[in-house]
Amino acid sequence: MNLFHFLWQNHEQVLELTLEHLWLVGISTLLAVLIGIPLGIVCAHWPVWNKPVLGTANIIQTIPSLALFGFLLPVPWLGDRADRLAILALTLYALLPVIRNTYTGIRGVDPAVVEAGRGMGLTDHQLLFQVELPLAVSVILSGVRVAVVVSVGLATIAAAIGAGGLGEFIFRGLAMVNNQLILAGAIPAAVLALSADFGLGWLEKRLRPR
Amino acid sequence: MEPDLAAGPVIEFRDVAYALPNGQRLLSELNLQVQRGETLVLLGRSGSGKTTTLKLVNRLLTPSGGEVRVNGAPSAEGDVIRLRRSIGYVIQDVGLFPHYDVERNIGLVPRIEGWPAERIHRRVEELLQMVGLEAHLASRYPHQLSGGQRQRVGVARALAADPAILLMDEPFGALDAITRDQLQREFLLLQQRLGKTVVFVTHDLREALLLGSRVALMEAGKLVTVLSPKDFLRSTDPLAAAYVRALGGGLDSATNRGAS
Repeated sequence: MNLFHFLWQNHEQVLELTLEHLWLVGISTLLAVLIGIPLGIVCAHWPVWNKPVLGTANIIQTIPSLALFGFLLPVPWLGDRADRLAILALTLYALLPVIRNTYTGIRGVDPAVVEAGRGMGLTDHQLLFQVELPLAVSVILSGVRVAVVVSVGLATIAAAIGAGGLGEFIFRGLAMVNNQLILAGAIPAAVLALSADFGLGWLEKRLRPR
Repeated sequence: MEPDLAAGPVIEFRDVAYALPNGQRLLSELNLQVQRGETLVLLGRSGSGKTTTLKLVNRLLTPSGGEVRVNGAPSAEGDVIRLRRSIGYVIQDVGLFPHYDVERNIGLVPRIEGWPAERIHRRVEELLQMVGLEAHLASRYPHQLSGGQRQRVGVARALAADPAILLMDEPFGALDAITRDQLQREFLLLQQRLGKTVVFVTHDLREALLLGSRVALMEAGKLVTVLSPKDFLRSTDPLAAAYVRALGGGLDSATNRGAS
């Protein structure tokens, strides 16, 4: 039985697991953006926060993913459902690129532009939303892109704690020593990662200030 | 509109000092008045404190001692945003917003002040003409303009909400000699027409003498002297004389080289 035959025969399950996978990656990326961008802004405007915030995000990144899933298991509300746990872990991993690129993007805005804006009487709020963020958006987006691509790969491991997603195929294939089954998980995951990379890369170029 | 307190100076420095957080003094014992409608030039070398002085007016910096008064009121007390919007600000690097076209750049302060779109559009057209730019440039982005055009947009943007005061920090410093010369002349004509109160920072004596109604000479964080351009050329102050010598010397040696 070749791989495409297998994918076709099990297309319902492939689709379901792909959607599960997308859900895990989508929600965790969304959370990472909602938390990471404000943190990046804080780091860029108040350098005191720079080291603790980026340092913490950095350390999180170094924890092996399986171990992190394991650590989080006993946590009361979280441990109840595997997908909550997986989403939290993926969010934590996605934070670093988002925070770092937000910080870099804002710090990279031409100081003359910021000075002119301030001198003209823009409030901090106006300066942030009308000048700094629009000019940093493509750098921020490239951080999100990295986060998404990494998350798609990491999310396969979430199946180890029963959170579902394309990792199911991979782990089942590993257990049964069935390469086809492994590929049935790995290939759709790779396609997801590449499409996200391409789509966000395109958006990034569109939004890059000239 | 600004309250008309025509009697007093528009900008006044009273015993102003400015020091960095690490204690380094950039400016001390500054006493200076800027009268309505005049162009006061702050002349000095880099590090003399002229840009610091300028930034104290629109509170980009806050004095560590003394008081800066704008329109008769201590600038430290009022709303800083209102203060800045009532003062035009032009810097050497222009600082146009690269993601906005010329029209949006010029119309930014009117827009956040809530002017109706039609009025902003008319104002932008008027300003473009005032600074010698063609109307079709309104839809261009900053990177599509030449250096001279960019600085013209910078001046138009500073004038957008019709501020009574204009602060200019070496606005023509990064331009080539011919463009600079042209913009200086146009600035003079514009200033005759508009009668703004201008504080102009430069290190170029020629520019100072050409544009200033008075020249304030600064050195090492102190105000040395304030003179009219005519008096400046005759001044016996050693520093002022050194500037004049450097200017004249430059011309002489150039002429001599041409002759020999």
